[in-house]
Amino acid sequence: MTSDAALTLAAGTVLVSAVVVLWLTSVHTAIRVVAVQGFALGAASLILGLRHRDVGLVATAVVVVGLKGVAVPVLLGRSDDGRRAERESRPLLNVPASLVASAGLIIVAFLTTRGLGRFVGTRAGALVPVGVATLLIGFFVLVSRRRPVLQIVGLLMVDNGIALVAFLSTAGVPFLIELGVSLDVLLGIIVMMILTRRLRSEFGDVELDELRELRD
Amino acid sequence: MLLVLVLVLPLLGGAVAAAAPRHPLAGWTAVGSNGAVLVLGTVLAVQVVGRTPVTGAWGVLRADALSAFMVVVIGVVALLATWLGVRTPAPDRRDPPVTRGRATGYGVLVQAFVAAMLLAVLAANLGVLWVAVEATTIVTTFLVGHRRTRGALEASWKYLVICSVGIALAFLGTVLVYLAALHAGGHSAQALDWTSLMVDAHRMDPSVLRLAFALLVLGYGTKVGLAPMHSWLPDAHSQAPAPVSALMSGVLLTVAFYAILRFKAVVDLAVGPAFPRTLLVIVGLLSLAVAASLLIAQRDHKRMLAYSSIEHMGLIALGAAAGIRLAIAAVLLQILGHGLAKTVLFLTSGEIVVAEGTSQIDAVRSLLARRPVLGGLFGFGLVALLGLPPFSLFSSELLMTRAEFEVGLGWVAVVAVGLMVVIFVAVVGHARHMLLGPSDAGNLAPAPPRRVTLPLVGALVSCVVIGVSAWPLDGLLQAAARVVAP
Repeated sequence: MTSDAALTLAAGTVLVSAVVVLWLTSVHTAIRVVAVQGFALGAASLILGLRHRDVGLVATAVVVVGLKGVAVPVLLGRSDDGRRAERESRPLLNVPASLVASAGLIIVAFLTTRGLGRFVGTRAGALVPVGVATLLIGFFVLVSRRRPVLQIVGLLMVDNGIALVAFLSTAGVPFLIELGVSLDVLLGIIVMMILTRRLRSEFGDVELDELRELRD
Repeated sequence: MLLVLVLVLPLLGGAVAAAAPRHPLAGWTAVGSNGAVLVLGTVLAVQVVGRTPVTGAWGVLRADALSAFMVVVIGVVALLATWLGVRTPAPDRRDPPVTRGRATGYGVLVQAFVAAMLLAVLAANLGVLWVAVEATTIVTTFLVGHRRTRGALEASWKYLVICSVGIALAFLGTVLVYLAALHAGGHSAQALDWTSLMVDAHRMDPSVLRLAFALLVLGYGTKVGLAPMHSWLPDAHSQAPAPVSALMSGVLLTVAFYAILRFKAVVDLAVGPAFPRTLLVIVGLLSLAVAASLLIAQRDHKRMLAYSSIEHMGLIALGAAAGIRLAIAAVLLQILGHGLAKTVLFLTSGEIVVAEGTSQIDAVRSLLARRPVLGGLFGFGLVALLGLPPFSLFSSELLMTRAEFEVGLGWVAVVAVGLMVVIFVAVVGHARHMLLGPSDAGNLAPAPPRRVTLPLVGALVSCVVIGVSAWPLDGLLQAAARVVAP
């Protein structure tokens, strides 16, 4: 397999896993799929790192796989929602409609960012819309799901989409910044999980649109 | 060395709070360290005005006049907020007493919060700036939820999710700026450094930068509390303990705006001022409109202050839209004035909540007669906030309006003033309800201790001094404005 084909495969896997999360209702499986997405993202970084002989990118690949492929999914799986094999009982938009919407989002991503891909000018750059599509689908999961853990998964996918755009368009931000960003992501997700637990102990089994204490 | 010291001091204060949480001096260490930040910020300002910027920590940190000014603002607000926290280790006495662990956590997180904001304004690299702003979200989430009531937990969840999404967009914007900088010939390690961005700006691709700036305004704008991304702000500000609300409203919002200002300077050079101006005018006017419409029927005085923050961020966005040096100087003066006035108000309203047991406007009456000190502080704070002379917000709002007329944004200024009149009437109505009215026979409540009132009076007095004389800030403001409007 050529390095271009491998890169396309990795980027494609990132996008396909985003769509699969949208298709699933089981929290447990969604966490596994987002772990696959983390591995695919790491693979993309590794391929680019080898191509450019860039040690920083290879190191980034290790950080990404460790964090987004292993650490965060394991943490999420240990949370209450993940352990109890909960399901999203009534998403704001049902599964078939969500899939149609995701097709729409992918088209939007390609139409709006093809120009950006051309600006980048490399063959990797042509894949930039894939990252943007992942980002949009992540947003969609975030706003349409009511389970806190699925919202965290949505946020993680937004993050993965942006990271993919960064790898493809600029061969990654400098490693030091990447490290800071990864640390922030990890801490943010830990904070979210602690909050989820507190919400559960206060509100019972949480469906987030039932949070209606504060309003004008 | 100086820059590293500025960052380490608040953390030291936090470490002491963690090591000896029950010791009476622990609270004062935090106050002392934040006071030292203020002093060092002043030293820094003296060093950089009219001279070259200071760098430190192998080039990771850098301070020009704008950074020094923001350090001073952070120092002032942090000093005031922790000073009032000394008396009540439980930041809000409505609730059951906090456990030792939570009191410690509170002290540590507040200091980490201050340090993260300082890192944001001292970062030489706009990627590090992003990391620092994201870090403020993470540390403040637990502070917002500190009271652990249903409302507080809900507010902190909304805050974390909405701001995480926002900040993710800001990261995409930062990546695109980095992409444009690389294509303009920047070296990858320094491409996001402020100095090299300003040098390469004119060679960067305008269409990529336009997209980037839109994402940055959307992303950092979420943290600033600009409409339509403001929905987390009233909840978080009303649920957080008073000193945290003061820190968030008084400086965190404007630290996020500082990020927009930095990027705006780069984008101005690359694509001209028209595009950033349009974007900032839209979000600015929208914020004013949202604030005005929700202030009219507001029933909660902490939420009233929160919507007033949205109003002021809108005004600052409009000032930045004008973008000339006069406007930027006025924006910075507004940032300081708003920081002082809003800190006094949030801290006073925290005391009112403690004394009266409620944050409902309806339930608080004739404060001036019953609690003259608290009522007086709240009243004068509102006078300052509404932009009446002799407070500094009057001068800064006047200057911003003038600058808007100068660059042909006269219609924007007229609409803004109209909305400010609506806000003025609404806030005065609520204030009249809370402050005036006869007292029930002779139940004059005890005044808060001088330790509480003195710093707040001091803050209001300095707001007047700055408003009347422009001394001692004039040179610093000019120098800082030159950084983003060369």
